[in-house]
Amino acid sequence: MATVGRALLIVAFAVALYGIGASLYGALRGGRAWVDSGRRAVYALAGVLTLAFAIMEAAFLRSDFSFSVVATHSSTTTPTFYKATAAWSSQEGSLLLWVWLLSIWSSLALALTRRRVREVAPVATAVLMTFASFFLLLTIFYASPFATLAQPPIEGTGLNPLLRHPAMMFHPPMLYSGYTLFSIPFAFAIGALVTRRLNAEWIVSTRRFALAAWLCLGIGIVLGARWSYTELGWGGYWAWDPVENASLMPWLTGTAFIHSIMIQERRGMLKVWNASLVLATGTLAILGTFLVRSGILDSIHAFGASTLGVPFLILIGAMVLGSVGLVAWRRADLRSEHQLDSLLSRESVFLLQNVILVALCFVIFWGTFFPLISEAVTGTRASVGPPWFDKYTVPLAFVLVALSGVGPLVPWRRLTVASVRRGFLLPLAAALVTVLALVLVPGAWQQPKAAAFAGIVAFVLTSVGQELWRGMRARQASAREPAPVALAGVVSRNRRRYGGYVVHAGFAVLLLGVAISSSFQHAKDVSLRPGQSARVDGFDVRYVRATARAGAEKISLGAVLDVSKGGRHVATLRTTRGFYPSQDVSQGIVGRFFGGESESEVGLRAGLGRDIWAVINPNLEPLAPIIDQGNRTFRTAMVAVMSKGDSPRTLAQLYALRDAAVVAVAQRFVTRPWPAQFRFIVSPLATWIWIGAIITFLGGLLALWPAPATARRRVTAGYAARVARELARSAP
Amino acid sequence: MNPSRKRRIRLVVALTAALLAASALVYTSFSAGSDERTAGQLLDGAVPGKTYTLAGTVAQGSVRRAGGVLWFSVRDPRRPVAARVRYTGLVPDPFREGRGVMVKVQRRGDTFIGEKDTMVTKCPSKFQVAPPRPSAGSSLA
Repeated sequence: MATVGRALLIVAFAVALYGIGASLYGALRGGRAWVDSGRRAVYALAGVLTLAFAIMEAAFLRSDFSFSVVATHSSTTTPTFYKATAAWSSQEGSLLLWVWLLSIWSSLALALTRRRVREVAPVATAVLMTFASFFLLLTIFYASPFATLAQPPIEGTGLNPLLRHPAMMFHPPMLYSGYTLFSIPFAFAIGALVTRRLNAEWIVSTRRFALAAWLCLGIGIVLGARWSYTELGWGGYWAWDPVENASLMPWLTGTAFIHSIMIQERRGMLKVWNASLVLATGTLAILGTFLVRSGILDSIHAFGASTLGVPFLILIGAMVLGSVGLVAWRRADLRSEHQLDSLLSRESVFLLQNVILVALCFVIFWGTFFPLISEAVTGTRASVGPPWFDKYTVPLAFVLVALSGVGPLVPWRRLTVASVRRGFLLPLAAALVTVLALVLVPGAWQQPKAAAFAGIVAFVLTSVGQELWRGMRARQASAREPAPVALAGVVSRNRRRYGGYVVHAGFAVLLLGVAISSSFQHAKDVSLRPGQSARVDGFDVRYVRATARAGAEKISLGAVLDVSKGGRHVATLRTTRGFYPSQDVSQGIVGRFFGGESESEVGLRAGLGRDIWAVINPNLEPLAPIIDQGNRTFRTAMVAVMSKGDSPRTLAQLYALRDAAVVAVAQRFVTRPWPAQFRFIVSPLATWIWIGAIITFLGGLLALWPAPATARRRVTAGYAARVARELARSAP
Repeated sequence: MNPSRKRRIRLVVALTAALLAASALVYTSFSAGSDERTAGQLLDGAVPGKTYTLAGTVAQGSVRRAGGVLWFSVRDPRRPVAARVRYTGLVPDPFREGRGVMVKVQRRGDTFIGEKDTMVTKCPSKFQVAPPRPSAGSSLA
């Protein structure tokens, strides 16, 4: 099957090249047939790559270790769910996933726009197919997912334990969907610039894809944060790591683009800005892919030791130079049709919000690439840590959240005194009351920034609530409907607007969770024996008993913890550390079962008020003498069995004895427990980070969903087209 | 004031503000940046009291734990020398011998004292790993 997979990649590459040629030839010669053929090549590419991806997935599910990528990233003991996800834990598999998703989203975009933007679409098709060709070249020549091993091993290396988390099923596909979906507005922007079709039509045709990209990338980022919080054993969700930053940068510029295109649609302004934003977003998406794969920056996540840096740099260089050149070339066509009427208008708020988002992106870009910049300037590689990032991003986030509450209250073109009175009084009062109420909470005033931020969030939530209330009241007055029906009706008819407001509310809640949980967090690292306790933020955490479990996949050593406050039981937490077997035989016959990778299972009691988080890090040194003894005993027995040439049955019995010995060694953690290292964290409102994220993404889905009128128009148009085709066929 | 002059003034103000903000960014990053050094560089010229980021690989057989303190040596990638580190605080899950680490340290004699919770360990999952050898017998199935 590997041969079929390799052949499919070559066929896909040929199809992509044909798509580029046919689309450009059709665009230059005005031949519709060639343009249509180019578009159909994208559909064909999606079909071929779906087959290739299915072959790779099947190899993982069947544990076919003749595939090099399966042997190095999966094993027979890897649970089936994780065998399926192991495909994208590898460089090769993730590249195939990238290009496969690109082909799927490109097909969808071109199918939906086939009767619109007819001049722009062929160039966009060529751009999308160029991306596909680039990634296919990488999978054919640099990192083939279908490379085979001459001598397949009996057992594979296994999926990295840290990636055995449900979020890993969705995190990479979501990130890659975000990146590839952003390449669609990028491609159409290039098409619009090349063909000088610079009105809002290309934006209207692709804005839904920009929103879908924003949504997918956002979900991917949050899933990554959740994975970090519950799997990595450090209790955090964001570390300003280069790979995390790489996904955040296009999300920020994408957010700016989604807002600023509204100004171009409504008033024909900010054309240069919008074109630049979407081109920057597309380039940053590729930059993110490059950062993860090049190993150019030190990151805990990067696919190190890779040779893909140079091809990616060439692509990024071409994208930057091409984008700047095109915008400069078409600057005369990108002139705004109107000017700002007033600095106090919704346009100005959007513009300021855009500047803040781009500034955030620039700060993160600078901090991420600072090791390279400092090396180039001073000759010494230096890095900036989270405090440096926080110094800039926290104030900018303050302003950003405040603007998300101000925006809906400010009318287009000009703000009047009456509209200030009408819109701002209630939200400002809510903000003031919140801040004053927090003054009364003991300890809250020690963190004035967090209290001020809570006031801003109250402002945003009241502002959004007020807009929903007003919309509902207006509909009630006109349609005489009950309140819930009127609310559903007004939201349903203005999904983009109210979906956006829900996103604002969710994002404010998310950042409130971040601000409060980080400002008022209590953490403690302690060493405890069973029966001993530690106190964290008024909670008593008692190490009740040790646990040990030896399974086919891993050996888990853990603890049962009792959490109480003032003598009242609050929660029982279970945390373990899993030790996976090593393939390194030098660690000994028994020792290798304790010497492989390890991962933490966090004990978490999540609540609306606070999260109580615990992780154990057992010290294996007390087991070292007994492991050494086991290694010696079994090595002697193994040598004796091998030298006598005993039957496989004897060997199987020896392995069974070894397994029993490994279980007995692990059980010593329970029968003769020694102190274990723990980290306990109490984080107030941490759960609101995830609740805020869910609200944000539900708002995004609402905005993305086609409005009923549009859906009706599409059905009517489809019906009309069908009737026209039938009439044409029946005509003499 | 005529509109084009007004626009020009706005542009100058905006560009000046952007320039000032960018200068602050550049200045603070160079003053707050922590130098990344190899073990050899630190052993040759680290100044006591100054914080450095030590980057390298955890030397084989160097890891010891005693009383909540982790001792290990970080190997220089280019020279046959290693810096001994005394570290307390959170140890990332992937930490082990032979793995790439970065940790903020200060020199104290021949030892380097790791700053609490600053250790970053390279995630091995996405490295190019060597093909596995045939397994040495069944696991705990």
